[in-house]
Amino acid sequence: MEELSLLAIVVGVAHSGLRLATPYLYAALGEMLGQRSGVLNLGVEGIMLMGAFSGFYVTFVTMSPWLGLLAALVVGMLMGLIMAFVSITLQAEQGISGIGLYLFGLGISSLLFKTMLGSVEGVDGFSAIRFCVSSDFCLADIPVIGEVFLNHSIVVYGAYLLVPIMGYILNKTTWGLNIRAVGQNPKAADSLGVSVTGVRYACVMIGSALAGIGGASLSISLLNIFQEGMTNGLGFIAVALVYFGSWTPRGVLFGALLFSTVNALQLWVQVLGLNIPSDVAVMLPYLLTVIALALPFRRMAKPAALTRPFQRGEN
Amino acid sequence: MRRFRRILIQLLPFIALIGALLIGAFILYLQNVDIREAYTVMAVGAFGSKNGMADTLIKAVPLLLVALGIVIAYRGGVINIGAEGQLIMGAIATSFFGVTYGELLPPWLMIPLLIGIGTTAGFLWGAIPGYLKARLEVNEILTTIMLNQIAIQVSYFLLRGPMLDPDQVAQGTNVPQSARLPRAVDLPRMQVVAEALGFDQTTKELGLSEGWRTEFLGLFLDSSRLHVGLFIALLMTVVVWVFMWRTTIGYRIRAVGQNPAAARYAGIPVSRYTMLALALSGALAGMAGAIEVVGLHHRMFEPTAVSAGYGFSGIVVALFGKLHPFGAIPASLLFGALLIGGDKMQRAVQVPNVMITALLGLIVLFVVSSDLWAKRRLEKLEKEEVA
Repeated sequence: MEELSLLAIVVGVAHSGLRLATPYLYAALGEMLGQRSGVLNLGVEGIMLMGAFSGFYVTFVTMSPWLGLLAALVVGMLMGLIMAFVSITLQAEQGISGIGLYLFGLGISSLLFKTMLGSVEGVDGFSAIRFCVSSDFCLADIPVIGEVFLNHSIVVYGAYLLVPIMGYILNKTTWGLNIRAVGQNPKAADSLGVSVTGVRYACVMIGSALAGIGGASLSISLLNIFQEGMTNGLGFIAVALVYFGSWTPRGVLFGALLFSTVNALQLWVQVLGLNIPSDVAVMLPYLLTVIALALPFRRMAKPAALTRPFQRGEN
Repeated sequence: MRRFRRILIQLLPFIALIGALLIGAFILYLQNVDIREAYTVMAVGAFGSKNGMADTLIKAVPLLLVALGIVIAYRGGVINIGAEGQLIMGAIATSFFGVTYGELLPPWLMIPLLIGIGTTAGFLWGAIPGYLKARLEVNEILTTIMLNQIAIQVSYFLLRGPMLDPDQVAQGTNVPQSARLPRAVDLPRMQVVAEALGFDQTTKELGLSEGWRTEFLGLFLDSSRLHVGLFIALLMTVVVWVFMWRTTIGYRIRAVGQNPAAARYAGIPVSRYTMLALALSGALAGMAGAIEVVGLHHRMFEPTAVSAGYGFSGIVVALFGKLHPFGAIPASLLFGALLIGGDKMQRAVQVPNVMITALLGLIVLFVVSSDLWAKRRLEKLEKEEVA
């Protein structure tokens, strides 16, 4: 193993860091959308598992990862509908109903996996685009830059594209203004004729669709397998990333990259057989989350109406 | 009529349970499983025999303790999703001290001490998110979830390193588990207690045979895995009730949970009580972990197998028991039975027991959703009565 040069390691870490940020990005950007409208969706983990399974299963059966991605999107959106109905219409406590949705998603995805597949299978998911200009030259072969940036699947690029899109929607469109208004001051928004319920439903459902895609990005792009509980807390970290990123797409991007890089480093530590116990390495991202959440300068711009249900004519 | 409606509102959790079981029946139907057979297997598996009842009660013990912790946190205005990690920390601390110093003191002193150590570990692990919430306003839901994962890795680290079972090293298998605790510190089983109290005949010797009553008495008189942890958990229920509803500290925790602004105005140091609520919540989960070790497993092994999802199912139990200590008793029995029944069902009709996890999620969703409806109904009823 000592044959690997430092450059190769850096390239490896950077490449997997960019890759591994994908599920965090989809899930956290989706969660951010919901939270900006005032709904804390703690069920992301369960939604991601459902997305991961449905994406995998449809790809497995139809051999088309695009159909798999579509399935994950639809399933994520349906899970979002449950969350929206429970937390917006029925005004249930959001922290606990999210845990309910998580358990539901965990249980159903495992149940479906056990009854419909039974064993861990592989699938041909999205493969890396190598940007080939001619038959013998691909941009992906360019040393360092090509290796790090130009050797990913469409799902990975999509995640990064979503960052400016989300920023544009939130800050430059009327719809984004409505979302922010609903999250900050639903009563005022309501008096101006904005449908608080409508905006929140839309945000939670779109956000959940993105969480579904985030789950599928694991099962049909990054790992190309499905396992029970494969997200392993990633959905919860995504929720934490929204806090960490101060509810802005740029902040979320920064957080996602930080986490995925730590994760990539952690994997490489194990590959290189460095003298750090793997348990400590696996623990790092979670420890980092706790520390990051405690950092004082990150406590700003929280949507004022977050977790507060809206009822016309009250408060 | 009015009274009927009021009772109906009180029974909402059961309606939620029935709803979940109906959806479960639908899932079974989709899998071409005989619904009646599956549910019969569940019920008989959980209640039908001495061993089934013992399994149910053994599961109810950690569920009840965790749920009591959830109740304290919830009443204090915080949500503790970290019972899983707190339980693991309690279990690992207890097994560490049990393996190393287990024979240092006589058992009657050592067992309570070991449980105390686990409880303290849980208390401290719960105090971390409590401190972060109280001092730095960090969302406790997120930190408790992260601390679950950290607890898992910490115990793996200990089990693979300093605490690794010497037998595992000798055999070269290196399965991450600790050595067995000395037998002296095993929590007494029911039969031992019954004998000590003078009931030294087994059901067979008493001439009993067959039937529900024999099975039930057998739980205590014959050899079963049921340990006195059950009594500890029941005792803790009373302790928690007295603490929360009959002491000043408990009153303040509830005041902070109900209206922090008013509590602050009344001169209660809000942040201190928020922290205390989470730490105490962790202490009860830690106690559950300690009892699992001295009462059931007698060693520490795979942390997620020891915690067995109690941190999450305990939330369901607490909700189902209407966030009251006494409500948690029947709720823990019910969900202990559901979990055991699910295992039996998996073996008998090949329905994966993860179905139970999905049902638990549904029950949570039902119960929290019906909250508002019930509240509105009650308000309306009260208004009618005044008028």
